[in-house]
Amino acid sequence: MSVIEARGLRKAFGTTVALDGIDLRIDEGRIVGLIGPNGAGKTTALNAILGLVPYQGELRVLGRDPWTERDQLMRDVSFIADVAVLPRWIKVSQVLEYVAGVHPRFDRGKAEGFLAKTDIRSGSRVRELSKGMVTQLHLAVVMAIDARLLVLDEPTLGLDILYRKQFYDSLLSDYFDRSRTIVVATHQIEEVQHVLTDLMFIDRGRIVFSCSMDEFELRYVEVMVRPEQVVAARALGPMHERQALGRSILLFDRGVNQKLDRQQLAALGEVRTPSIADLFVAVLCNKPGNLAGGAQGVAR
Amino acid sequence: MNSQSDAVPESFDSQGSAPAALSATRPFYWSVRRELWEYRSIYLAPLAAAAVYLIGFLISLIRLPEKIRAAAGVDPAKLRAAIVMPYEFAAGLIMVTTLIVAVFYCLDTLHGERRDRSILFWKSMPVSDMTTVLSKAIIPVVVLQLVAFAVTFATQWIMLMLSSVVVLGSGLSVATLWRQVSLFEMSWMLLGHLLIMHGLWYAPVYAWLLLVSAWARRGALLWAVLPWLAIFAVEKVAFNTSYFAAMMGRHFGGSGQGGASQGMSPIIGVQFSSLGSPGFWIGLVFAAIFLAAAVRLRRYREPI
Repeated sequence: MSVIEARGLRKAFGTTVALDGIDLRIDEGRIVGLIGPNGAGKTTALNAILGLVPYQGELRVLGRDPWTERDQLMRDVSFIADVAVLPRWIKVSQVLEYVAGVHPRFDRGKAEGFLAKTDIRSGSRVRELSKGMVTQLHLAVVMAIDARLLVLDEPTLGLDILYRKQFYDSLLSDYFDRSRTIVVATHQIEEVQHVLTDLMFIDRGRIVFSCSMDEFELRYVEVMVRPEQVVAARALGPMHERQALGRSILLFDRGVNQKLDRQQLAALGEVRTPSIADLFVAVLCNKPGNLAGGAQGVAR
Repeated sequence: MNSQSDAVPESFDSQGSAPAALSATRPFYWSVRRELWEYRSIYLAPLAAAAVYLIGFLISLIRLPEKIRAAAGVDPAKLRAAIVMPYEFAAGLIMVTTLIVAVFYCLDTLHGERRDRSILFWKSMPVSDMTTVLSKAIIPVVVLQLVAFAVTFATQWIMLMLSSVVVLGSGLSVATLWRQVSLFEMSWMLLGHLLIMHGLWYAPVYAWLLLVSAWARRGALLWAVLPWLAIFAVEKVAFNTSYFAAMMGRHFGGSGQGGASQGMSPIIGVQFSSLGSPGFWIGLVFAAIFLAAAVRLRRYREPI
């Protein structure tokens, strides 16, 4: 059963096209990373999924039309937009009271349990909390909601490394199970790499690349080529080449060039799995259109 | 806009309605409570006005026995004025305070949630835009009026008690005082006046302010006032008439419906009979249109 299904999703602000015909399908139990440069359309895509902006094309989230059924949809969908959306005047206890009042799937005891592990006191107002604590509070609320889809848009923006790590750790250990789905848009690719099950690159309003993390690890190989092997390595058709510490690092797509096996590549230099960031750069440097993997944008 | 119109698949629907034991009124109730948390001036401002007034009244009590003695033999109308006026004045002061609170509340509420980005949090809750806007509209129309009533009622009782103590202390009988000040009758009139005049007759004003608050990026107060001034100016220049201003004046100035300017004096019957006038219902229709527009706007609105 797909949680999100979009066909030809388009959104323009005046003459600026934010989403240029996106097709995607996200299934239950996946943690999908939506990755793209600034202004690529990540936030617009997420806002369309959440029913915050109108759009053209077809979009179904949990079988509903988000734009016309936002309030119904929000029983099953949670989202953290970015760190600063909790109103500053509200008290921690009031946040819990309010959500318990309006949300049928909120477990207040659970939220209080999460908060007990932090330094947040229930009498404090949000304006008295640090940025990291506000995020902890919002996360505690969201994790206590028994939702089927969680959407995170730059959830750790502006947080120090401790809070960022904690954020994803608790998300994985205390929240995620196979019946939930998480979509996260972020710039901080490195810290979500170990969390994700699927990967989607978005650029200029289009999904330019997508694959599962399993596929990613099987398919892409990075070789730190020894200087004397560079010419031979280039002959094998790498999708991208960069220089680091005086050595050439070549990225190969084994999906395109089936003959490449790890042993062959190992002869050229040190072989490893690339980081998502490296693949991202490689994909975006190549012209959109003739990309490895195609732009069908299907994450399973 | 959205090309699909097929019904919600069965499986999702049954899941969605399972915990619907939560009745439709609960989100509304909690949305109203939320407003009271955020805008504490809704009850603090009338309380402060009452407190200030009571201090002044307490000081004025020094002269009360003297006033009663002086007026004892003379005109009963004068006596009544001397004794009852402070009570009406207290009601008027609290009324004006709540009116000011109502105007600023309406102008700020849908604007403020976009300004501090909290609209994204509220929209992440299963509460519809309609519920939200209605919960905000009921604050000036009902909640503030009830607060004004409760505060006035309490203030007037405190005034009467204080007066009685002073009068007794100076060896006079409280009978005159209690005969003149008929608090229960006054309270009923006040409640009717607040709910009918300040609540329902002014509802289109509140609804308009809410609409501007949902629409304006900045300068909500200007946008709230300028269009009406523009209509007035155009009419004045084009036809050298001022029907529009006169119409507005009649509607909200209250000359026809026993208005605020006359304080507590109009009898309650006048207020109830005003409910039958077409102007009242036209006003409510406008209020409904403005609120519907505000609901629609909020759907499209993002943080500023």
